[in-house]
Amino acid sequence: MTGEERSNWTMEHDGDSAVVVSFEPRIDPVISGRCVAIADAVRTARLVGVRDVVEGYATVTVHLDPVQVTTKGVAESIRQIVDAAPAASAGEQRTTRETDLPVCYGGRHGPDLADVAAFGQCTEADVIRRHTEVTYRVYMLGFLPGFAYLGTVDARIAAPRRQTPRVKVLAGSVGIAGPQTGVYPSESPGGWQIIGRCPVRLCDWAQEPPFLLRAGDCVRFEPIDEVTYERLQAGRS
Amino acid sequence: MTPSEAMAITIVAPGLLTTVQDTGRWGHQHYGVSVSGAMDVVSLHGANRLVGNPLTAAALEVTLVGPTLRFERDTRIAVCGAAFDLRLGDHQVSLDTLIHAGSGQMLTFGRRMSGARAYLAAAGGIDLTPVLGSRSTHIPSRMGGLEGRALTAGDTLTLGAAHGAPVRPTPDAKWKRRPVVGGARVRVLPGAHHDWFDADVGEQLRQTRYTVSPVSDRMGYRLAGDPLVPRRDRQILSQALPIGALQVPPSGGIIVAMADRQTSGGYPRIATVISADIPRLGQLAPGDWLEFEPCDRPTAREALSRLARECAGRGA
Repeated sequence: MTGEERSNWTMEHDGDSAVVVSFEPRIDPVISGRCVAIADAVRTARLVGVRDVVEGYATVTVHLDPVQVTTKGVAESIRQIVDAAPAASAGEQRTTRETDLPVCYGGRHGPDLADVAAFGQCTEADVIRRHTEVTYRVYMLGFLPGFAYLGTVDARIAAPRRQTPRVKVLAGSVGIAGPQTGVYPSESPGGWQIIGRCPVRLCDWAQEPPFLLRAGDCVRFEPIDEVTYERLQAGRS
Repeated sequence: MTPSEAMAITIVAPGLLTTVQDTGRWGHQHYGVSVSGAMDVVSLHGANRLVGNPLTAAALEVTLVGPTLRFERDTRIAVCGAAFDLRLGDHQVSLDTLIHAGSGQMLTFGRRMSGARAYLAAAGGIDLTPVLGSRSTHIPSRMGGLEGRALTAGDTLTLGAAHGAPVRPTPDAKWKRRPVVGGARVRVLPGAHHDWFDADVGEQLRQTRYTVSPVSDRMGYRLAGDPLVPRRDRQILSQALPIGALQVPPSGGIIVAMADRQTSGGYPRIATVISADIPRLGQLAPGDWLEFEPCDRPTAREALSRLARECAGRGA
């Protein structure tokens, strides 16, 4: 890795098939905005040999086909894009998309709601209120297709991952892991504290792209009751 | 139904883990979609080339214990990668050659002599509906391949229309890859967080002979051996994960990111296996040894160029 200091970012070669642009490692909407803008710009540039452009919390990784191009060969193009991309204060260029996700909290849908309330030394209703009061940012996607890492969770309910991960977390489950929250798009093993379930599909193969959320989006959760949950769940085709 | 659409291959016995793979599902990692694809792309290319397919055509990846297949019509096939005792009907057939399988004939993968994964390509390629541009199977997310799963007895596969002419390797042009027997030494470049580790840890990485643990899979190889201790005792913020990255969780036991890796990870990475050595890495089986040899960028580049030249020269 050859680190190259810029004013507030570095560029590194990660092996011979990836170049990483790194900002200060913090969960910060401004840093994330810069990453999203750069990732968008690199994708739009359609550089030869670029196979994937992936936002992290404070990084943009450009995956290359090393048979076609070298990391060194692509680094200069990426450097120009980073320099031309809007400054941190300007945030993203594209319009921020907002998505409201209904959630049925607690009961059979949220087996860990009581544990999160115990962590927060508050009532379950307080957990729901604190979880729904925040407008979250999609910092990045990962773990599963369509799984969005949302931040930032109210510190009072930011319970750490479960000691023992579940073998099976149902699709639509809404979880908390420290400062992060998110919705499982598909059934999977998982260690997040499950507080509710969302009946909206995060992954719909009839759509292009099939994934509801992307990095840079805003997400709000809206509490719904069991009857509404069942209606929405049945209503989706 | 035209002959090209008719079922062509029946899985009689699936073996340990037989999946449909191509060169992977690129371009969607920012949506959390894993790349997957062949663990040994060189062998996939080799098998496809022999039957006249585009190099990116979907083939079967066979793991450790091979399957038994029945051909429902005359089919041109080739097997590259791990060496198995291959029988077409009663006749022994060779790796790295074009094989004409007749309608009704059975291909059996017997004892394994070297490597971990063999690739069976059939003229026309395995024809399944691509998902996000690829037919590769990613079992953890149940995506691609046949219903996102490993093949089981009774599954039937169809083939696309065969376009290319089969390649008959001439003796002098035939390129024999060095088989992976018992272990491999692979070259590494510094990883994204190599400066999180003291120099003596890097030296430890260079001098240790690791063992691929039994819990290794297509997502990653877990290595047994002296744990590495990062200087800084904290996790990184989750960031994208390239293939071959040597991740070091707090336990110090290395996890090497392989084809089915998640798109991102939160463990520091001390080194990354160079692209030219990833296919050999893909031929390791649980219990095999693994050693790492630091190299520089020109060496990595030259190794990849040489590999690409050798692959292009194969059977030409």
